[in-house]
Amino acid sequence: MFIRLILVIGLSSLLFGCSSDEVKEEDPVQVEDRSSAATGGAAEDSGAQAYGTDDGSTSGFSELDDPQSPLSVRIIYFEYDSSEIQSEYRSVIEAHAAYLIRNPSTTITLEGHADERGSREYNLALGERRAQSIRQQMALLGVASSQMRLVSYGEERPAVEGHDEASWQQNRRVEILY
Amino acid sequence: MNFFKRLVLINFLFVSFGANAVLDIKITQGIEQSLPIAIIPFGWSQAANIAPIDISSIVNNDLARSGRFDVMEEQYLPQQPHNFDDINFGDWRKLGMENILIGNLKLDDQGDYDVSFRLIDIYRGIEIASGRQTVKAAHLRRVAHQISDVIFEKLIGIPGAFNTRVAYITVKENNGSKLHTLQIADADGFNAQILLESKEPLLSPSWSPDGKKIAYVSFEGKNSAIYVQDVSTGQRERIAAFPGINSAPDWSPEGSRLAMTLSKDGNTEIYVMNLRNRSLQRLTNHAGIDTEPSWSPDGQKLVFTSDRSGGPQIYEINARGGQPKRISFDGKYNARPEYSPDGKFITLVHAVNGSYRIGILDLANGAINTLTDARLDESPSFAPNGGMIIYATTGVRGAQLAAVSTDGRIHQRLGLQQGDVREPAWGPFLK
Repeated sequence: MFIRLILVIGLSSLLFGCSSDEVKEEDPVQVEDRSSAATGGAAEDSGAQAYGTDDGSTSGFSELDDPQSPLSVRIIYFEYDSSEIQSEYRSVIEAHAAYLIRNPSTTITLEGHADERGSREYNLALGERRAQSIRQQMALLGVASSQMRLVSYGEERPAVEGHDEASWQQNRRVEILY
Repeated sequence: MNFFKRLVLINFLFVSFGANAVLDIKITQGIEQSLPIAIIPFGWSQAANIAPIDISSIVNNDLARSGRFDVMEEQYLPQQPHNFDDINFGDWRKLGMENILIGNLKLDDQGDYDVSFRLIDIYRGIEIASGRQTVKAAHLRRVAHQISDVIFEKLIGIPGAFNTRVAYITVKENNGSKLHTLQIADADGFNAQILLESKEPLLSPSWSPDGKKIAYVSFEGKNSAIYVQDVSTGQRERIAAFPGINSAPDWSPEGSRLAMTLSKDGNTEIYVMNLRNRSLQRLTNHAGIDTEPSWSPDGQKLVFTSDRSGGPQIYEINARGGQPKRISFDGKYNARPEYSPDGKFITLVHAVNGSYRIGILDLANGAINTLTDARLDESPSFAPNGGMIIYATTGVRGAQLAAVSTDGRIHQRLGLQQGDVREPAWGPFLK
């Protein structure tokens, strides 16, 4: 009984992860939804997020979908007005780079964002520069530039809507989208 | 601050005009020495019917909203003359009134409206301005704003900017997603019209100098792109959709070129596009961020934001290219510059102790005067007469528009009924 319950929870979270992944691909407006889910607990704010397999099967986790893998970290956060990659993200970027090198037909989008402070156009440029830092790092590790698409939304798509440092921290980010 | 009196009393709610009325304009701070004036309800030729428009109340609202006039309430008017000969100057002088406006509205045989007005100097007992024109009913609001402009120029000494329009972006929640719109409205908040609706972000509207077109940035193609849209026909064209950022359009004063930010060559740089043949001229060349170009009124120079010295600061560059010159030195964050219409000042976003405020930089001495006192102010845009700056301010109720006089003495709030409103761009004088 207990085991069955765990199975059900496991399945439902798998399904949730699955739909979340679809939303991300198909309708970028709804990136809001997924991100606001991350406001639920401070523990999730560090960026770890699980994604399910596409067919909903419990067998055959791919490396990308393994919540224990550094590949499950898809958001890199930045300091205020900075595009410098903090050292804690080195292993994450290395893991993504290694995966992309092993899977040369896989492409990613690096989506740069900024917090709301200051001017919108400057923040658009800042978001791009953050995405460029990640791209540059991955390129140095050997990823082909054709595997990486860049887009900046500046402050136009905050992950969190608040007007305080706790929210701003989560909005200064680059999302790695497979 | 003690020079100022709080004028929270003026609050025009334009909801009665249905879907077209969205802006609610309040004077939150006016000046002590505002000019007394009385706007007499206009005479109307068809007493049996209601006039199509109340011209005097539009003028009244314009002048009161400017913060520079003390407009007498209708109930205190000692008389309501429509003709010069009927004015009882003694009564007005006793009340300390300095100027009154009288006028008449007549329906003519063709169904057009004949509007005439006279501005009277009570102390000298003479007419100091007058005007008359015949228009269709649809243009009566515009005529009322033109009358306000005449009064403003006559009594304040600079042209009024009442007969102008403002473009802005609204954002509201719509069934779990966001709906972005590009809108324009008359400067008094009336006649709001949607030019574009999108699920994706919109930003940076910029008026063509003739007021007939608006350039803006839209993310509808999953990346920033610059569009130019005809205001009256709604027809639009995508003019820049290169890889990377396509953003920050700003129309040149003579109307044939558009400055913009593109990152197609590696990182954000300032370019000028010739709108006739779409050719591009690159103005900047630096690994730092270069964005937010704004033309000088004479078209000879541009200012822009660059972080080439570390944080964002304002630089000036010759429109033909060359070495940019840094012009902002006060504070660690200065961005989104725009020249004043006389070219002597620049309005900008200026951070003070972690708060982002609207500032004005005096090009004669480099000093920056902070005009606002909120935390998250942005996107300043000069009125075409240079008297006011409209901007976006974010507070507990979300983002709203506000305006401040360039001397910092007059503050207005322009609130939408729902949702956020931001990225205001004050349009040129209308003909």
